[in-house]
Amino acid sequence: MPEPLARSLRVTGFSLGVAFFVILAAFPFYWMAITAFKQNSDLYDITNIPFWFNEPPTLEHIRYLFKETLFARWLSNSLIIGVCVTAITLVTAVPAGYSLARMTSRKGEALGIAIFLTYLVPPTLLFLPLSRIVTELGLQNSMWSLVLVYPTFTIPFCSWLLMGFFKALPIEIEEAAIVDGCSVFCAFIKMAVPLSLPAILTVVIFTFTLTLQEFVYALTFISSSDQKPITLGVSTDLIRGDVFFWGEIMAGALIAAVPVAIAYNLFLDRFIAGITGGAVK
Amino acid sequence: MAVIAEPVAKPISRFRFVLDRRDVLETVMVAPAILYVLLLVGLPLLLAVFYSLSAYTIYNPTWKFVGLANFEQILQNPTFLDTLRNTFVFTFGSQLLGLVLGKFGAFLLLQPFPGRKIVRALIILPFAVPVALATIAWQWMFDSLYSVINWTMIAAGLVTREEAPNWLGNPYLAMLCIIIINAWRFFPFAIVIFLAGITAVPQDVIDAATVDGAGFWRRNYQIILPMILPMVAIGLIFGIVFTFTDLSIVFLLTMGGPGGATSVLGFEGFQTGIVSGDVAHGAAISLFMLPVLLVVVIFTLRFIRRREI
Repeated sequence: MPEPLARSLRVTGFSLGVAFFVILAAFPFYWMAITAFKQNSDLYDITNIPFWFNEPPTLEHIRYLFKETLFARWLSNSLIIGVCVTAITLVTAVPAGYSLARMTSRKGEALGIAIFLTYLVPPTLLFLPLSRIVTELGLQNSMWSLVLVYPTFTIPFCSWLLMGFFKALPIEIEEAAIVDGCSVFCAFIKMAVPLSLPAILTVVIFTFTLTLQEFVYALTFISSSDQKPITLGVSTDLIRGDVFFWGEIMAGALIAAVPVAIAYNLFLDRFIAGITGGAVK
Repeated sequence: MAVIAEPVAKPISRFRFVLDRRDVLETVMVAPAILYVLLLVGLPLLLAVFYSLSAYTIYNPTWKFVGLANFEQILQNPTFLDTLRNTFVFTFGSQLLGLVLGKFGAFLLLQPFPGRKIVRALIILPFAVPVALATIAWQWMFDSLYSVINWTMIAAGLVTREEAPNWLGNPYLAMLCIIIINAWRFFPFAIVIFLAGITAVPQDVIDAATVDGAGFWRRNYQIILPMILPMVAIGLIFGIVFTFTDLSIVFLLTMGGPGGATSVLGFEGFQTGIVSGDVAHGAAISLFMLPVLLVVVIFTLRFIRRREI
């Protein structure tokens, strides 16, 4: 085969491969977006070509979402849950990650692995007993039950992530502070914490997105519409009887998904480094 | 009399005893996290075991001990064995598909080309989006009447409108659908894991192999793959755990249907324990996940240990 032909074949094959992956990954999002802005008469006409607008786009679905449904309420619920869970996670996981990293004994290592393994205990194993506990505490059907329960997976994950980070932080910096008259605790607050701000920011982002992605506990604990977080509200509450309002549902899904997708993209490498915990090297 | 100033630091020094002793401080600082996890993961796990051995329902909250009777009843139910089989088919089908897609995707993304960053960002999307929202987007694409997939197949002349597949109405297709959605969700994760692993392999190792005459396939499968195996294994463990115990895709897409064809363990536990209020049987069903999880945990521990040596 002549060299230029082989080359152009290779380039074409490569481009087709990349195109396949991009379409596979992104098409459902394109489909969400175009559905969210299409008029119903356009949406429910099978003679139309579905890939673009056959009639002018409309903001009707978005207007309906905010005016006629509890969408705004779900957004604010998710925000409140996210902020509270993030606060609880930071207060517990930052010191825990630090002391796990600085524990020199074998015990510290074992404790770290044990905490990490609890991240692997799935919600579907715990939701029955937890729903009884939540009921006993009088939190059933309230979004505060989620504030109580979500740290069960954010704390292990974030402690592990922070442990890895603090291990990489040279202890000499803290020792210098201690020589200058700081206590060990003060060295942690004044030296280790400010230096680990990038890691803490990662933890904040991931705690937030993990709470937004969670579905099982929300489904189990909450049945009244006004207490639902956004993922649960959009996926279970916009269906009336057997009628699906696809325009509204897709608009809601799009609005909830876009910020999470952006945050993930920005922090993905740290996330991967966190869960694989330096398995290579 | 000696009225020399009392050391002012005295009240602080008692406090400093805690703040200065590294071992004490470490225990105090790790305690809240441990307590939280013990109370809300450890305790519920124990409770789940107790429930499964009792006759507890939400209508009759009794702790009457019934031994393994719940497990026996569940195993005698033929539809439960289908559920068990579905769970394995779903888990391993979607992980296999996800891994194959991940390997190919990583292979493509390793080459430098213009716009690679944007392509990577787009390919990550399925893993980033909340699974419940992704599932309803797919539900709309699998719609019995307005499915865009069917529309495309009809327009391409592959099928007529009469014989277009009813994705969620056919037992085999419904299983295929949940496998596709889950593989779609996990393949970006697999790509990223493969990429991170491959870029961590030192270039001089690959160069040495090339000099020694190793070709493309040999380099790939005898040098690179064994080196990135621990990392891939941890990614796979995550995928298996979160797929094997998943409930959201099935709950939103098929409700276990048609005719129980896509019923999986997590969904069955939810239906029995929460919807029907039979906590004892629900807990017992969920506990069938435990053996698989234990195997996975042992593997994880082995890999983490090996890394240290």
